[in-house]
Order: sequence, then C-alpha cells, then structure tokens
Amino acid sequence: MEAFVFFAAAAILLGGALGVVLARNTVHSALFLVGALIAVAVLFVQQQAHLLAAVQVIVYAGAVVVLFLFVIMLLGVDDYESLEETIPFQRPAGIVLGVAAVVAVIALAGNTWATGRPSVRGSLTGPASGFGNVEAVGRELFTTFLWPFELTAVLLVLAVVGGVVLARRSHPGSGDAPDASAPRSEGAE
Amino acid sequence: MRITGAYYLVLAALVFGIGAVGLLVRRNVLVMFMCVELMLNAVTLTFVAFSRMLDDVGGQAIVFFVLVVAAAEVAVGLAIIVAIFRRREGATADDVHLLKG
Repeated sequence: MEAFVFFAAAAILLGGALGVVLARNTVHSALFLVGALIAVAVLFVQQQAHLLAAVQVIVYAGAVVVLFLFVIMLLGVDDYESLEETIPFQRPAGIVLGVAAVVAVIALAGNTWATGRPSVRGSLTGPASGFGNVEAVGRELFTTFLWPFELTAVLLVLAVVGGVVLARRSHPGSGDAPDASAPRSEGAE
Repeated sequence: MRITGAYYLVLAALVFGIGAVGLLVRRNVLVMFMCVELMLNAVTLTFVAFSRMLDDVGGQAIVFFVLVVAAAEVAVGLAIIVAIFRRREGATADDVHLLKG
C-alpha cells in the first residue's frame, strides 16, 4: 500500500512537472502544476506531515495557482512562443546542464565526502513513528523559530504593498480616470 | 516493499531537474515562473524527507517559511509581469533584457 501510493503520487508529480514544461498552452501548464502540487501534498501525508499537506493544498494549489490563472486570463492566453535563439544552443545546453545536475545530485547522495562524513545524514531507511504532528510543528514554530516566524509577517506585508504598487496603473495625468479596458490590480494575497 | 527516504530524495532531485530545464528552455515568462514553483516544491519535498529521516520537526517548520517566501514571490513577481505586459505585447523573456522600459 505504501509503495503503491508513493509510486502513484510520484507518477502524477513527474507527469505534472513534465506537463508544465512541455505544454504549449499556458493554461494547460497551470493545470499540470495543480496536479504536481497535489501529488506533493500526497507525499507529505505519506511522510506524516499532515499539517504541511493541508497548507500545501490551501496555499499552493489554491491561492498561488489561482493567482497564476488570474494573471494568464488578465493578459490573454498566448500560444505563440518565439523559437529563435538569442543565445546560440541555449535549449540543448539547458537540457544537457539540467540532466547533468540531476545525475550529479543523485550520484553524490549516499556518498562520503573526503572528510569521511556521509553526504546524506540520517537513516535513509526509516521514519520515526508518531512524528510531525501539528502540535510538534506548532511548538517548534512558536519557540525555536519564533523570530523568523514574526518576520514573515513583515515579509507578507511588504509583498502585498509591493504587489499593489507594481500592478497599479501609474499615469500621473490620468489618475483615477475611469478606464474600463484597463486591467486592474488584483488583490495579491 | 518499503519506501525509504532515498526514494523521496531521488524523486525530488528529478522534479528539481525538470523545473530547472524548463526554466532554461522555455521563453514564456509565466511558464518560467511555474518552473520556479516546481523547483521550490522539490526542495520542500527534500526538507520533509530529511525531517523524517533525522527525526527533527525543524525541517517541517522550515517548509512553512519556504511557503511564505514562495507566496510573497508569486505576488510580487506576477505584479511585475503585469506591469511589463502593460508596456509591451508578448510574454517572451528575451524581449525584456533591460531594466528600463
């Protein structure tokens, strides 16, 4: 059962990720992204990170992708993608570099460094039982990580203000002139 | 068959690689942005896997901060994209290689 859930979620995740990259239509990319994000949430559940799975679905699959779709619809779907290469061999080089990076990461994991320390700490084989429940994560957030947790409030306020300022129409003359065709700034958060 | 931590790490590495290749290969700014989200998700998956392997809840707490930063990044990034689209048509990254309009 565990293996079945893992491989099913992994297949959806990899298929969704490939779909994001390969789809010609931007809306299809966004929908593939939803599938990939939900598969990640399933993998979180399987690792006893239930709270993170809920947050993943609400924040990512909910808010972030909806925001993406808003912007896609606002700007108009654009199937056309320029195929001319401004940097010669950019695409083949990108693919080769990406594959090389994955091979390097996988080859280096499970190795030992020159100092004799293993490159992956912790047992690769097992979970601790009853681990990662909401209470434990909450206690960690409000004790060890209290200061960064408070700083996230500042970050989010800055992001909201920045989003509104950037997306606002800033023509000094026109001001608040009614402009029905103008795309309005959608609420960022 | 037991699913060990190594499976999750390999899966996360593959997803990260797909996201990185997409970021390098695609020209549509929105799709490039989605590829960044994929890479962030691969990293959070790694964090959770290590959190379980090391029996340390800190890894899951970090994922919260990754989520917050990702949400802020999406809000500001999409606002920048909207602002750029106001000035010019098309969503090709190569058209926007100067900081001035």
